[in-house]
Amino acid sequence: MSFVFYVLAALTIAGGLAAVLLRNLVHCALAVTVAFAGLALLFLDLDAQFAGFAQILVYIGAVAILVVFAILLTRSSETPKDGGVFSRTWLVGLAVAAAVFAMLGWAVLETAPRLPQSAPVPVVTVQQIGQALIGRYVLPLEIVALLLTAAMIGAVIVAIHEKEEAK
Amino acid sequence: MQESISFTPQLAASPIAGMLWLIPAVPIVAAGVAALLKQSGRKTAATLAIGAMSVSLLLSVAAFAHVAGLWFGGEAARETVNFTWIQVGAANVDLGWVLDPLSAVMLVMVSLVGLLIFIYSIGYMAQDQNFTRFFCFLSLFAGAMLGVVIANSLLLLFMSWELVGLTSYLLIGFWYQKPAAAAAAKKAFITTRVGDVFFLLGMVWLFAQTGTLLFYNHGAGSIEPGALAALLTHPAALGLTAAGAIGLLIFAGAAGKSGQVPLHVWLPDAMEGPTPVSALIHAATMVAAGVYLIARVYPLMQAGALTGGTTTALTVVTWVGASTAVFAALIAVAQNDIKRILAYSTVSQLGYMMAGLGMGGVAVGMFHLITHAFFKALLFMGAGSVIHGCHEEQDIRRMGGLKADMPVTFVTYTIGMLALCGFPILFSGFWSKDGILEAAQHWSVAKAPFYMLVFGALLTAFYMTRQVSYVFFGYWRGHKPAHESPSVMTLPLAVLAFFAMALGVIGTPAWPWFRAFLEGRAVGFDWRAFGEPGLLPLMGISIVVVFLGLGFGWTLYGDKTPKAEEPDALEKAVPPVWGWLHNRLYVDELYGVTVIAFYGWWAQVADWLDRRVWGGLVSAVAWVFALWARMNRFLDTNVVDGSFDKGCDELAAGGGLLARVQSGRVQTYLRILALAVVALAAILIWSSRA
Amino acid sequence: MSPLAGFLLVAALLFSIGLAGALTRRNAILVLIGIELMLNAANLNFIAFWRYGPHPEALTGMMFAIFSIAVAAAEAAVGLGLVIAIYRHAHTADLDQMNRMKG
Repeated sequence: MSFVFYVLAALTIAGGLAAVLLRNLVHCALAVTVAFAGLALLFLDLDAQFAGFAQILVYIGAVAILVVFAILLTRSSETPKDGGVFSRTWLVGLAVAAAVFAMLGWAVLETAPRLPQSAPVPVVTVQQIGQALIGRYVLPLEIVALLLTAAMIGAVIVAIHEKEEAK
Repeated sequence: MQESISFTPQLAASPIAGMLWLIPAVPIVAAGVAALLKQSGRKTAATLAIGAMSVSLLLSVAAFAHVAGLWFGGEAARETVNFTWIQVGAANVDLGWVLDPLSAVMLVMVSLVGLLIFIYSIGYMAQDQNFTRFFCFLSLFAGAMLGVVIANSLLLLFMSWELVGLTSYLLIGFWYQKPAAAAAAKKAFITTRVGDVFFLLGMVWLFAQTGTLLFYNHGAGSIEPGALAALLTHPAALGLTAAGAIGLLIFAGAAGKSGQVPLHVWLPDAMEGPTPVSALIHAATMVAAGVYLIARVYPLMQAGALTGGTTTALTVVTWVGASTAVFAALIAVAQNDIKRILAYSTVSQLGYMMAGLGMGGVAVGMFHLITHAFFKALLFMGAGSVIHGCHEEQDIRRMGGLKADMPVTFVTYTIGMLALCGFPILFSGFWSKDGILEAAQHWSVAKAPFYMLVFGALLTAFYMTRQVSYVFFGYWRGHKPAHESPSVMTLPLAVLAFFAMALGVIGTPAWPWFRAFLEGRAVGFDWRAFGEPGLLPLMGISIVVVFLGLGFGWTLYGDKTPKAEEPDALEKAVPPVWGWLHNRLYVDELYGVTVIAFYGWWAQVADWLDRRVWGGLVSAVAWVFALWARMNRFLDTNVVDGSFDKGCDELAAGGGLLARVQSGRVQTYLRILALAVVALAAILIWSSRA
Repeated sequence: MSPLAGFLLVAALLFSIGLAGALTRRNAILVLIGIELMLNAANLNFIAFWRYGPHPEALTGMMFAIFSIAVAAAEAAVGLGLVIAIYRHAHTADLDQMNRMKG
């Protein structure tokens, strides 16, 4: 539990909180980007360098941008005129989330004594990852490739259909 | 008397006796067919009735010839055909019919007179709309009457008796739209019913005592010596034996049907029916049924009599008969309706017949019955002819001088009238009445009936003369001129007139064929019978009496023509007497005050009972049921339906509540998902830990 | 408390925060943001267990996380495309108003 961990954890949590609490959606998008970044750094702290960079590349580089685009395209940057940004029954949602956290936290704290205190740093090269991808995880790889293709085509189709009907 | 020959159904040797049942059956079947005809089927109805009656007449004549043949051969015939009708355990109820001299002569008389009246009715009822119904009823009556005649069982006789009463009711009330006719029919039925109740009692008693209702059954019949001996061993009450008591009960029934005092009140009112009905039913046949019944059960009435003596039952019969004879004759003197005079005359003559039966035996009474049937039917039909010719006028004070306008009717009517009065020698009535007077003279109990009957003969001659002079002599007092009736009506009159004169032959003392025939003895022609002590003086007395009556009548009424509104000559002479007689000695009024008033009161009581008590009970039960029904409805609506409806409402509401889960909002679903996961995790953790 | 527990707690917290956002915010895009946070928290869990668990040389946790990232990207693309499509139809991205599937 090093100092770095606490800072990174605080950053990530803050980003997440900001993402869900801010009124302006663009601010929320930026906050979530901060959260993503925090997470990437956490991955690096956990010696999962490939995962950390992949996180930066994909999440910050693509997902966050997508979110911003979506916010802009749906004019969600404007604050809503009636009510607030939270639903009328936000307390119920909060309660549910709290219940979930309670359960998870309790589970963690219950098993905390039995968790390993330390472990040697694993040495993971990109070559190893690549070989694992082609070797053992070749099926998931191909499926994910298929999935990405389908998602891309699907998103385009969904968006284009709407466009034609709007005309 | 030779032993009677009777046959069982298995060994019937006489085909005629075996076919005897056809005699009443054919007219009844004809009536049944006629009942189905429409009003337009007049010719068919008349043909059916007359055809059936002709068949019955032929068969009756054949039966009579058979019996007469046997009698001539020296055998006394009594052939019975019996069969079991109902079996109740060990007891049987048997029915059957009998062919003996008594039934043979009665059969011939009934069917002959009946046939003549049927033919007469074609003319009389020609204008009537209900011609078909009339002949249907006539035929039914004829069948029933013939059934009474041939019955060998008291039960079968009673059944036919009741049927005769029913048809009498139907025919008296033939013109039912007239209230008087409907009331008369009702009166006839109810009055005869009173007698029939006693008849039924007597019948039941007889059955209980002797175990059978058959008259003759090879020695086992209820009026054969064996049964009679049994009946005589138990004295009943008031000095009567069982036989006497039963006999009196049966006589009560006969008294009703034959119009003896005090049950005579229906007969004059029965004149509301058409004249052929009066002629057939209330002169010749139905009223004679009572006399015939007594003749039939005569052994019962006579049981226990010492030789030459008499029984209590027969004494009662005699007194009632004699009283009726005088009573009715008195009333007849002061009546103004042509048919009513004849009706009272019939009542009077029926009294003579009963007295004859009581004092002189079966033959005496039956002979007068036979002769009376012919001349009374003749008189009624003659009256009908007169009424028809006078355009439906029935009051004798509006008639007159008809001897010129209606000659045939006049001649035949006079013949009948003289026969009724008992005009000597030529007319049958003289011989038959004389037979009764002779029996009365020699009666051992009292002399009073003789004097009463003689007085009655005087009155008979008087009132008949009065009637004839009012109707046929003098000048015409009506509105329209009268005319003679068609030959279809006058021909039967002629035939009956012939018989009214000729029948006297068979009953003279010189050749008492009728008596011998009935009693199954041989007889020869013997002039010396007139020499019997007391016979000629008796004949002299009766001749004198008849001429006295005729003379009285002629002097008072004669050829005079009193105006219709003028009081009667007798009335002028003795007004109070006339008043009493004219009002029929107030018998009807007496009944009205006593019996009928009581009955009315009793009917009211019964009505009150019925409406308040029984009706109240029924209403209470119905009210309870209604209450129960209402309670059920309440339960059904509120509890059953209510609970069911409520259940359904709750279900719908519940469904409504549940439907709120489907809010359509994604976040709600997500929340529920998350909660479910938490719950699931909790369950898994806790179950693994436990 | 072990480092692993700390990471797990952070992941749990981040997950709950993401869930809270998905459950309470009105805008559809924020729900998707919340979902991304939840996925990220799960990734953190995987990496943490890979680092401190047995056999890190099998690379199981890392692979899982990488594949999860890939799938999350695809899912974000499609989801946001749908949000845009819905926005074009309903002229709003407000989830409170989208209850046409109400029972």
